[in-house]
Amino acid sequence: MARVFMKGTEAVAEAAVRAGCRFFAGYPITPQNEVPEYLSRRLPEVGGVFIQGESEVASVNMVYGAAAAGCRSMTSSSSPGISLKSEGISYCAAARIPMVYANFARGGPGVGSIQPAQQDYLQATKASGNGGFRMPVLAPATVQEAVDLTVRAFDWADRDRTPVLILADGVIGTMMEPVVLPEMKSEEEVAAIKESKRSWACVGHKLDYAHRSWIEPGQWSTARMQKCNEDAAAMYKAWEKEAMVEEYRLEDAEIVLTAYGISGRIAKSAVNLLRAEGIRAGLIRPITVFPFPAVAYDHIDYGRVKAVLDVEMSIPALFVEDVRTAVRERCPIETCLCSGGNIMSREAVVAAAKKIMEG
Amino acid sequence: METNLCVAGFGGQGIMSLGKFLADATCNSTDKNVTFFPSYGAEQRGGTANCYVVISDDDIGAPLGDVMDNLIVMNGPSLVRFLPTLKRGGTLFINSSIVPDEIDRSDVKVVRAPVTELALEMGNAKVLNVIMLGVYVGYTEVIDPAIVWDTIEHKLASKPKLLPLNRLAFEKGLALGRAQR
Repeated sequence: MARVFMKGTEAVAEAAVRAGCRFFAGYPITPQNEVPEYLSRRLPEVGGVFIQGESEVASVNMVYGAAAAGCRSMTSSSSPGISLKSEGISYCAAARIPMVYANFARGGPGVGSIQPAQQDYLQATKASGNGGFRMPVLAPATVQEAVDLTVRAFDWADRDRTPVLILADGVIGTMMEPVVLPEMKSEEEVAAIKESKRSWACVGHKLDYAHRSWIEPGQWSTARMQKCNEDAAAMYKAWEKEAMVEEYRLEDAEIVLTAYGISGRIAKSAVNLLRAEGIRAGLIRPITVFPFPAVAYDHIDYGRVKAVLDVEMSIPALFVEDVRTAVRERCPIETCLCSGGNIMSREAVVAAAKKIMEG
Repeated sequence: METNLCVAGFGGQGIMSLGKFLADATCNSTDKNVTFFPSYGAEQRGGTANCYVVISDDDIGAPLGDVMDNLIVMNGPSLVRFLPTLKRGGTLFINSSIVPDEIDRSDVKVVRAPVTELALEMGNAKVLNVIMLGVYVGYTEVIDPAIVWDTIEHKLASKPKLLPLNRLAFEKGLALGRAQR
């Protein structure tokens, strides 16, 4: 397939359509506006439905409804809008609704800044709504990876009946890069996906009580509620072996940079610059930030490594909490941070790494 | 080999189109990696606009940078803001119609092109970005001019009446760029 030059937001939207998404509801917010704009034109072309809801809350609940009816469905937003959607996400998690949503994150807290940031890490990975549910959180570092992970997100959501979050940021969303798009699923394949959900989804059942599907965002019986949560916890545990990570030049590393998403690719280029200057740097870049690829940090040779350098576009550092848990005090952890909408500078990462190695 | 470029000027000068033409052409016709990153937010006609294009044989880290290899400046405020980001030995391409001043750095190369005047002489102020793109490609030879032209032609497919003027503008720029090599 030939590569095409696409903006991150539009590439995610097109990948969703090709993966069989036929329903999108959303509400405008910078820097993700091209997702709804693109899909408002694209979905009707393939017999899908696009709705601009009256709010984020309305949009996410429309996705809940469409996905409950067996349709691959999606919404997207940026940080403050994601907060508004959290109630609906929690309800989808409780009802075991497969749905995909994307956060093209911007500065915060509050309305923050419209420029890119990575300040929603804890919200994304620990508490995207009330009730202690978890879900796969995929963090692309390139437009191509955003495309690939969008397809993966729909498959994962359907397989396990769970919401899946694509945690991107304003850079991944607004930058353009060459991408190879996935094959378009045929109408038959899209219909087969819907039919495969008949055992639980509201896809049209006989009018007798026994065969109806129930989509419930909670259980009135405490015993049933506990059972639901036990099942969910077992599923979250099983995800650990599906963690995805890029490990780069760890074999002889004396300093290991670690970062996800946009900071991950910037840190990787910093590793190359450091190597060119004779500094043995390596990188661990989680691609899933939940499940977190903790095992990658066991591949570090702690006898040789002076420190792990956490690189993230968030002040205070958030991602570092998972890094700390994975490193388990086997070496010092330093940070290289920016925030508020400033984009991580490769030169700043190089300087921070050099300071550690010289210190 | 990685080359990064920042293009900056007034909103309405076709800054984004210039960057996108170059990046898109690179994607279409080479195996190189390329990124285009626009400034976004409260942009408006007459306000400032800037974008970054990075072209590389290897994976690209940041699609922008604090230190630029090349800089295209189309107005005064952009010169003040971005000249300090140009690396030693880097090249500044300047719209000398509206930034006639001496450049306050002796460690960079300066390519002057009066693109606003030239565009007005051609009867359409809007083609200044295509002239400047020609200057850039003619001077740097970063990519085959024929491929850049194909991309412009493709992008303007819905407005065939504009093609002859843009062709002329691009060639004028190429000649200007080549002459200053």
